Amino acid sequence: MSSGGVELTIDGIRVVVPTGTPLLEAAREAGIEIPHLCYHPALSSAGTCGLCVVEVDGKLAQACREAASHGSDVRTEGGRIGQLRRLILELILSDPPRDCLTCEQAGSCDLQRYAYRYQLDANRFLGPDHERREAAPREDNPFIRYEPEKCVLCGRCVRACAEIQGRHVLGYAGRGFATEVASAFRGPLTETSCEFCGQCLAVCPSGALSERGRRFTAGEWELQAVQTVCPFCGCGCPLTLHLAEGRIVRVSGGRDGFRLCVKGRFGLSFVHREDRLRVPLVRRQGAHTASSWEEALGLLADKLRAIRGRYGPQAIAGLSSAKCTNEENYLFQKLMRAALGTNHVDHCARLCHAPTVAGLAQAFGSGAMTNSIDDIEEATCILVTGSNTTEAHPIVAQAIFRAVRRGARLIVADPRRIELADIADVHLRQRPGTDVAWLNGLAHVILAEGLWDRAFVEQRCEDLDALREAVEPYTPDVVEELTGVSDADLRRAARLYAGAERATFVYSMGITQHTSGTDNVLAVANLAMLTGHIGRHGTGVNPLRGQNNVQGACDLGALPNVLPGYQRVSDPEVRAKFARAWGAQVPVESGLTAVEIVDAARAGSIKALLVMGENPMVTHPDQRHVREALEALDLLAVVDIFPSETAEFAHIVLPAASFAEKDGTFTSTERRVQRLRRALPPPGQALPDWEILCRLSTRLGFSMAYGHPREIMDEIASLTPIYGGISYARLEGEGLQWPCTSPDHPGTSVLHQQAFTRGKGRFHPVRHHGPSEPPDADYPLALTTGRVLYHFHSRTMTRRVGGLQEMVPEGYVEIHPEDASRFKLETGALVRVTSRRGSIVTVARVTGRAQEGTAFVPFHFADAAANALTARDTLDPDSKIPALKACAVRLEPVVLD
Amino acid sequence: MITNLRELERLGEEGRRSLWPASGKIVVGTASCGLAAGAQAVAQGLFQAVQEHRLAYEISGTGCLGYCSQEPLVEVRCGDGLRVVYAQVNEERADELVAGLEGGDLSPELALCRWQEEAQPARKDPAAEAFPHHQQLGFYRRQQRAVLRNCGLIDPQSVAEYVACGGYSGLATALTMSPEDIIGTVGRAGLRGRGGAGFPTGRKWALARKEPGTRKSLICNADEGDPGAYMDRSILEGDPHAVIEGMAIGAYAIGADEGYIYVRAEYPLAVERVREALRQAKQLGLLGEGILGSSFSFDVHLMAGAGAFVCGEETALIASIEGRRGMPRPRPPFPAQAGLWGRPTNVNNVETWANVPLILTRGAQWFAGVGTDGSKGTKVFSLVGRTQNSGLVEVPMGITVRELVYEVGGGTADGGRCKAVQTGGPSGGCIPESLFDTPIDFDSLRGVGAMMGSGGLVVLGERTCMVDMARYFLRFTQGESCGQCPACRLGTKRMLEVLVRITEGRGEEQDLPLLEELAEGVRTASLCGLGRTAPNPVLTTLRHFRHEYEAHVRDRRCPAGVCRALVVYHIDPERCLGCGACRTACPQGAISGEPKKAHTIDPERCVRCGACIEACLVEAVRPG
Repeated sequence: MSSGGVELTIDGIRVVVPTGTPLLEAAREAGIEIPHLCYHPALSSAGTCGLCVVEVDGKLAQACREAASHGSDVRTEGGRIGQLRRLILELILSDPPRDCLTCEQAGSCDLQRYAYRYQLDANRFLGPDHERREAAPREDNPFIRYEPEKCVLCGRCVRACAEIQGRHVLGYAGRGFATEVASAFRGPLTETSCEFCGQCLAVCPSGALSERGRRFTAGEWELQAVQTVCPFCGCGCPLTLHLAEGRIVRVSGGRDGFRLCVKGRFGLSFVHREDRLRVPLVRRQGAHTASSWEEALGLLADKLRAIRGRYGPQAIAGLSSAKCTNEENYLFQKLMRAALGTNHVDHCARLCHAPTVAGLAQAFGSGAMTNSIDDIEEATCILVTGSNTTEAHPIVAQAIFRAVRRGARLIVADPRRIELADIADVHLRQRPGTDVAWLNGLAHVILAEGLWDRAFVEQRCEDLDALREAVEPYTPDVVEELTGVSDADLRRAARLYAGAERATFVYSMGITQHTSGTDNVLAVANLAMLTGHIGRHGTGVNPLRGQNNVQGACDLGALPNVLPGYQRVSDPEVRAKFARAWGAQVPVESGLTAVEIVDAARAGSIKALLVMGENPMVTHPDQRHVREALEALDLLAVVDIFPSETAEFAHIVLPAASFAEKDGTFTSTERRVQRLRRALPPPGQALPDWEILCRLSTRLGFSMAYGHPREIMDEIASLTPIYGGISYARLEGEGLQWPCTSPDHPGTSVLHQQAFTRGKGRFHPVRHHGPSEPPDADYPLALTTGRVLYHFHSRTMTRRVGGLQEMVPEGYVEIHPEDASRFKLETGALVRVTSRRGSIVTVARVTGRAQEGTAFVPFHFADAAANALTARDTLDPDSKIPALKACAVRLEPVVLD
Repeated sequence: MITNLRELERLGEEGRRSLWPASGKIVVGTASCGLAAGAQAVAQGLFQAVQEHRLAYEISGTGCLGYCSQEPLVEVRCGDGLRVVYAQVNEERADELVAGLEGGDLSPELALCRWQEEAQPARKDPAAEAFPHHQQLGFYRRQQRAVLRNCGLIDPQSVAEYVACGGYSGLATALTMSPEDIIGTVGRAGLRGRGGAGFPTGRKWALARKEPGTRKSLICNADEGDPGAYMDRSILEGDPHAVIEGMAIGAYAIGADEGYIYVRAEYPLAVERVREALRQAKQLGLLGEGILGSSFSFDVHLMAGAGAFVCGEETALIASIEGRRGMPRPRPPFPAQAGLWGRPTNVNNVETWANVPLILTRGAQWFAGVGTDGSKGTKVFSLVGRTQNSGLVEVPMGITVRELVYEVGGGTADGGRCKAVQTGGPSGGCIPESLFDTPIDFDSLRGVGAMMGSGGLVVLGERTCMVDMARYFLRFTQGESCGQCPACRLGTKRMLEVLVRITEGRGEEQDLPLLEELAEGVRTASLCGLGRTAPNPVLTTLRHFRHEYEAHVRDRRCPAGVCRALVVYHIDPERCLGCGACRTACPQGAISGEPKKAHTIDPERCVRCGACIEACLVEAVRPG
């Protein structure tokens, strides 16, 4: 017997398994599949289906619940075991589905497989004496089809809904023979809190729950499976695309093999849309006309050369893309720097986590999520702030739900009563833009009450005195005055966070999109260091990155001040290294940031702009200003998969391949580099972005000749220490988390374990300055912006997915009931939202989830664009992020004649 | 607030005055059984009559005296302590009774018996001897009312009367002991769980006690759901404080700070009485912070069920309290490890809790002195069915089925042969007459394939079809299956369908082994007690009454004359007097005939309800 293991015999095969392993899993080790319907390894055990019955030393036992015991002799077949299984299957099939011939599950149906295995060719319980369930299939929502007649009531969907998604939408209804799986009062799923994550259908062993869109597309045996990565948020879920005849028929995979969200599971049909860009477009007499690659790239190269010749390389800028691969971002910045000679390269991280990159680099030396997503489940206390996790990062929300289920304490700090607040121990409801105050307040209480980790601070950190001095004024009563967070709640939160064995900070845009963004991040870092909640499993500072590859775009140097791997442009040795490798000089001066690039275009100093897969018309602050900037350009070239709002202004539009049509890698929010795999050919003449970049660069006279993205990764690895050990050969499995510095380095799941990247963690004193544009008499409400679950960013993809669009078809403004009555508004009323920069007309949604005195507008909707309201001129001094989360607005009802 | 023994004693004094007022008292059995028989109107009638006659008798309600078939029961409690019980009192008799009382006449002709507790000194005076002692009645002779000691004596809504009868002194005693000593005492007493499974209570408590955890819970399972069982309802209605006191003692022993009483919502009176008792106990500091001046704190909440039989299963019950659908979950973890809200939780049923104060006041030795080696104490049964004396009975463990059926129950109502008894409701089994000498204790009953169950005991006569009865219970369990396990949800469904087929005359020989195979599968492959025991009624009737099944499938005949499809009623023209009694009784108008001539039954219209058989004076109507 090995240590911590038990040795037993299963059908004569000796196996050694860890203590506590259920027999069912132990049998898998021996290569034996014990039939089961209700058991699922990621769910609690129900022990109801009875199929997994085995004999342990001659006594019947349930293999799903009975732990392997040392020296036992297990029989999994034969005699009464087979009889019992046959009887149970015969009973289940006595109430059988009627359409096995046309069932989508055929070929992957557990029930079908077991019926075959146990040779159930007759049934004694069919006939006039025996009742069968009669229930029509239900399609009461855009995504999920439910066929009660096929349901074996194993309850996996019920448990997945509760235990994985924290929803409790599905349950049992009725009793006896009439029992069924249903939502409350058997209402349609669209009227429940269902998020359509589809975990229920992913765990369904029969065809009772299936993808609506899949019906009569292809049999399971006709499908081709391609492993890849989800193109939406930064969670980086592994996906399997199942294709038939060049179309994605269904999507499986995800964490634990089944955890996905509605967008990943049901939101990928956009790749097949008719309105994909298929040929290069060139503007002629004001209109986009179809062109050839030859012509379009020739024209683009000529114009770029002309502008560089006339105005110098500093008149050219590029916006790279957090949606594109690591290889493409690498090539984009290489093109800008080496082929065109400018550091004016940036991307949308400027609008999300620039303060994280800046702040955490100052405090710890590395600006990324310190721990992993699964690691959040290890925490005993979770502090979530500025992240509406259930909507923006659903898979991270699952980790939080699971941790809370297991007893972790949850603190939510958010002006809105987001869904996580419903299960939180403490909800701190600060006023928008006052984060430094309550964060400092927490530090104040932790110091005052002696709750800090002296040993950790003394050994691993520096400049505590600066922090002590800075947080001294932030007594709980002062904090209450500044933020609206009560003395008692602040103290409770401080004690929970500091007192926990393992506490983790989870945050997102609500922390960064402020003029105090970097200060906010530093204040968060201060707390983690002060309490020693960093550098261990279940702890850390965990900024959630918004885009599938925003981490990678930053890592690969699509930033104006750093080269790949955060190597500073200002460092001559770094420049020399890249110059040697590239055979071209790297410009010395740091470039402009994204917001500054748009400003410079408006001002006329930037003449040419390359945009790859970004849509600043919808995502940059102050839409009018962006429009004027784009109109002022001599050359705007856009590479995209759809004609976007920005592409409308372009002189040249180049059709790109979507995520499903190319190879490459994405780096998820947890620093995990994962392989994207080509499943389909691009539509029309569209090309992968990396190929477009290669062709353009070569035309510009700077040759790029890569046969496959793997070659680009090899070049990246040779120049980027944190990616030094990464190669396609090593990415076949679950990917690798950087830093991964050499071919034998296993990757890093938890940063700063022995020491901080910069050596000692450094406390930074930060002070509360209040929001940049506080509400006043003319603009009495504070506006915040954010995401909704069903859409992604400027909706370029999600508005082209019927079901997602059906769930949330239009924009809205969320307001508190008190404000609603003040402005004479009710849910559904048309309302004009006006800021100092512009106004939009949208629909009011009155809800207690909003804080009184604030309004919330999702930023996805071009026709009610949040960026018509937000300001571009109030920037965080360090990171140059605009204050997208706090500006002042007023509301007026719109009266239609 | 009661903070010490002296204050408790003072409350008892008050209770004694209320129990035994010098001016006399009339108590009416106002448990559900009494109320169903009209006790409310009787009580009002008594009250008015007492007013009219300007008598000083107080009128109050009390719990069930047990003799339910004799309800409404009224007791006149004389100032000198004489207790006379009157049966089947209606408003008219109430007037008569009170009128007699005015002249000091106790109306012996209307009386059932004189009630005298063992503890009371025997009275030899002529006034008392005019009435039979209650233990001279067959119904009471073999009974030993310990758990039911206060039912029918005290006003269940008077905590003072409960205290007067020794109530809460068990708790007071417990608080002077160590928790381990209490668990030891309960263990030595040999108390086993009265919910049916008979798990030793002391051991169960010890398991919950030794679980780590700062907060523990306990639960009183009052989700009594077996058809025909009403022991727990009667205890809650008649003596709610006994249960609360038992729980408080248990909580102290286990280290629990919170308890729940989970009562079926179909027991509105029990819910109301428990609620009032909890209010009183909290008001007096018998529950809450610092009970009886000690440092022990314990509170009890009341939770009404929502009508699901399966919630009697402890894990389903816990889910239901937590606000989830009442569905059993696998054990382990057992509730003692992770129960309500994940806390270590001890679940016992009503009767078990009601036994606990007795063990503390009378001692483990007393308790262990009653009953058999393996099953100590008494057991309460609700004796129903074809019995002459239906009611709530409490007998020492070890009494035989025969003694219970024939002595306490007085045989069948119609004097016919008693064929079997069914114990344990839908989870239990039947015991045929040939095994009536089996002693009633946990192990002996299990030995004959039946079970103690929670105490429902149905007497079955010749006119009971055992196949039909099995079908009845299967229909019940099928309807109450929570649906999780295919074996239970579908297995009981298919068993029921086979039974229906048999009772409808379409059964085949191979249906019997099929039933046995299904029964075995359901028993083995179901998660909880409901499913695991659901086949019992079928298995035991197949074991003891296989010939009845065979008569159905081979001869297309129902020997008991119950299964309509297999029975044709006919009137023996030789015997028929032509009296017309059957014709009058027939609800279908299926019987015709001239007066004084033999009548006939139209088989098309006849629904085989049996009304004619009951009505016939000469047994001329026969099923066949």
